[in-house]
Amino acid sequence: MQLSNKKIAGMLSAATCSLLGTSAQAEDDNWDVDTAVLYYDESDGRVSAFEPVISATRDLGDDESLTFKLVLDSLTGSSASGAVPSTQVQVFTRPSGDGSYRVEPNETPLDPSFKDTRLSFSMNWEKPVDRNNRRNLGFNFSHEYDFTSVSANAMWQHDTNQRNTTWSYGLNIEVDDIDPVGGPPEALTSMADQNKASGTEDRTIVDLLFGVTQVIDRSSLFQVNLSLSEADGYMTDPYKLVSVVDNTTGQPIDHLFEGRPDSRSRQSIYGKYKKMFANKNIFTASYRYMTDDWGIDSDTFDFNYRFALSNGYYIQPRFRWYQQTEADFYNYFLLPGETPSDASADYRLGEMEATTIGFKFGKDIDEQQAWSLRLELYEQTGEGSPSEAFGQLAQQDLYPDVEATIVQFNYSFRF
Amino acid sequence: MNLKLHWLLLSTLLIASGCSSLGVKPWEREILAREDMLMDADALDLAFDEHIYFSKEASSGGQGFSGGGCGCN
Repeated sequence: MQLSNKKIAGMLSAATCSLLGTSAQAEDDNWDVDTAVLYYDESDGRVSAFEPVISATRDLGDDESLTFKLVLDSLTGSSASGAVPSTQVQVFTRPSGDGSYRVEPNETPLDPSFKDTRLSFSMNWEKPVDRNNRRNLGFNFSHEYDFTSVSANAMWQHDTNQRNTTWSYGLNIEVDDIDPVGGPPEALTSMADQNKASGTEDRTIVDLLFGVTQVIDRSSLFQVNLSLSEADGYMTDPYKLVSVVDNTTGQPIDHLFEGRPDSRSRQSIYGKYKKMFANKNIFTASYRYMTDDWGIDSDTFDFNYRFALSNGYYIQPRFRWYQQTEADFYNYFLLPGETPSDASADYRLGEMEATTIGFKFGKDIDEQQAWSLRLELYEQTGEGSPSEAFGQLAQQDLYPDVEATIVQFNYSFRF
Repeated sequence: MNLKLHWLLLSTLLIASGCSSLGVKPWEREILAREDMLMDADALDLAFDEHIYFSKEASSGGQGFSGGGCGCN
């Protein structure tokens, strides 16, 4: 076998570096850049999103690093307003209060004025404090035309048991400013009255996280996190409606702006397990249980298996399953005379199940570059013919399925 | 705190206490040090998922802080 001078030089360099315990390439690489584009598309002309993202990590040496991330999120399409379908034509006032839109008989009322561009910027600074302690400080800013969010977080990580056990303690504080088009509506008043306040609303969210990551053996580890979250302030979706229907016919006679409690406490426990097999295949499984004081309990299972193929290629099938119970104040509709303190018909607060099935295919080109393509299908189903439906409501689908396609391309490089 | 959360916490503590003898020596970390074995490997995928499911479902978070909330829920 003949070797070119270049190859010999490369091999000598690699051999020298391995003796010194360093990588020639890694020594020169100061930036680690991950880029991706996500395309999310719901069927039946509902929401479509296009989302490019770039994340760059600067290696400052001695395990200290600084990460900058920029996300642009462009949404178009229609979103279910919460109003019930009818056998007759329905006319709804646009959220701005100017003009209206028509919904054909037996069609799910969708608000077509859903168009938004969100810009999000975040920074993260990771720094070792000593041999067994690290701290992480983060900052996020995100803005869209009717919503601004600012948050800051701090995480402390402490290693014990020869660094086989890592304890994490984190705090995140988020402040959101909500500036709905046309002003924040008065909850549970008729859309026809357009009873809206001027100015903006806000909410504060405080999250606490306690976690432990444990190495099991040379090729497997697990993580358990306990999260507590307290949100206070404006939790209502200013664009969602709840229909009031006639006692006998089930025809909508009015549509009210929805109203939610002004606080929410959530607790969740999250576990993740990861194992690499001798053939370099990797199995990852996670489970999350969440419960809150709105009456919502949820379970999320997520599994993926990465098959290592030759030449750096891999394929990774994935299956995710989710279920939730409905919020105490979730109502498909209200009857005349009912005066609950909170009510929402937002499908995201209803009882439902969702599955995601797909795969990721990619290639680790070398130490410096990698790409991957992810393709997934998401389907959400709920009870479209609840027992409380009567009159014309009994013929309607009160919880239409949501089906979405997720396509994502990633490219990472170092320099 | 509800019953299911209690049971999950209790079983986690039991498993964790039984795991205190687990682990590897510093020179046995070749596989664990791989990028694809990090708990937050594929960070951008995790962030996209968090954003999608936050806007379609009533639960979010768990693994860490998602950051940069949106008005979509």
